[in-house]
Amino acid sequence: MYDKGKIIIGLIIFAGFFTAPFWYNISNGKEALKKPELVLPTKEGQTECVEPVTFMRADHMVLLNDWRYLVVRKGERNYVSGTGKDFNMSLTNTCLNCHSNTAQFCDKCHTYVGVTPYCWDCHEKSITPGTGMVSQNSEIK
Amino acid sequence: MNIIFSLLTIAVLIVLAVLGAGTIKLDFLFGIIFPYAAVSVFIVGIISRVIKWAKSPVPFHIPTVAGQQKSLPWIKSSKLESPSSTPGVIGRMALEILLFRSLFRNTKSGLIDGQKLVYGSSKYLWLGAILFHWSLLVIFLRHFRLFMQPVPSFVLMLQNIDGFFQIGVPELYVTDILITAALLYLIYRRLADAKLRYISLASDYFPLFLILSIAATGILMRYFYRIDILKIKEFAVGLFSFHPSVPQGIGILFYIHLFLVCVLVSYFPFSKLLHMAGIFLTPTRNLANNSRMKRHVNPWNRPVRVHTYDEYEDEFRDKMEDSGLPVEKSNSLERN
Repeated sequence: MYDKGKIIIGLIIFAGFFTAPFWYNISNGKEALKKPELVLPTKEGQTECVEPVTFMRADHMVLLNDWRYLVVRKGERNYVSGTGKDFNMSLTNTCLNCHSNTAQFCDKCHTYVGVTPYCWDCHEKSITPGTGMVSQNSEIK
Repeated sequence: MNIIFSLLTIAVLIVLAVLGAGTIKLDFLFGIIFPYAAVSVFIVGIISRVIKWAKSPVPFHIPTVAGQQKSLPWIKSSKLESPSSTPGVIGRMALEILLFRSLFRNTKSGLIDGQKLVYGSSKYLWLGAILFHWSLLVIFLRHFRLFMQPVPSFVLMLQNIDGFFQIGVPELYVTDILITAALLYLIYRRLADAKLRYISLASDYFPLFLILSIAATGILMRYFYRIDILKIKEFAVGLFSFHPSVPQGIGILFYIHLFLVCVLVSYFPFSKLLHMAGIFLTPTRNLANNSRMKRHVNPWNRPVRVHTYDEYEDEFRDKMEDSGLPVEKSNSLERN
């Protein structure tokens, strides 16, 4: 083999780059295999979300985006779900009403799959739903 | 014919994935065995190809250059176009690998008034190639958010840049648009020109259609028929930490995507796609243009038995002097 040194260095870089996910996950051990554990809301009288769980898991971001469009651009506030129930289209007042702890719900999966939604650029997650007041015991960032 | 053959191959592959993973439910085969096999073929195949290349000698010193060679100190030499030193070669290779400098020189011939032959610069190939390759790299690196846990910060940064325009939700990635447009152009380029169509083989169309299909299934899964990304991540991290588990309830679209990626990855070491490794081992690019400073010896030259003039004279000096032939070193002093 000619230029042995250069070739071997090149091949090590090549193999290292393309097997990086293996080394990375193995070095993180059991942390890597840990699945996100959601704390589901325990609001009384509420047993289901606005739409079925399977739909919400895959498509909640589209629903929220549609809501934003309808509220901000069209001024519509009423959402009729697939089951015929009425909901107020509001992240703060409807979603956060049940899913009040975003760190234990939204962020868990978002962090896990590396998604950084920009909801909180405008919305205040520590507002008590329905009051427009910042919760006393919450930290404002 | 070539293009139809490529399209048919892709169709067969998609049908295989649909039948295999969707109808017969060979989840274990399509979800675990194929990915591992593909990655093994990719790594081992490329390493063995590179070692095979490295074993073949470079008989001649053959850098191709496009600039003034280094010669006399008062003649300005072109350090990147005709590099005479290792840093120059590294700079030249970097320009080639990162910016596709030689494609930038692409020319096109044409006839003016049907008579006069002219050559002009043609940058579209360069543009299509650079958009495609850089998009592919960014998309590949973006996928590390699914492969690695916890997600590395550089991947998040890359995603933010890629989704800079914040169009829609999930955010539109610019690279998704660019790679599709570039691939469509690269296919169009081969079809539009009769000369190019004539020299295009099935192995030219196949990778283009394959990567386009992969991009299309990926785009469908992100923007149109969204799947549960959480399950995908669990599955991918499982694969990449040797704790594989078959994902349950993931749509057929994902299996098509995964299977086509496996095909692409295992196709790499046996096809033109190997230019990924080959670019580094191109003698016309990676040799310094220093043939006037350093002698390049063909490695397969046999040792040649030479008989220098000094040796010749030593052998025949007496006879030469006796017959009056001039000699370099004379024995006559010793004689007298």
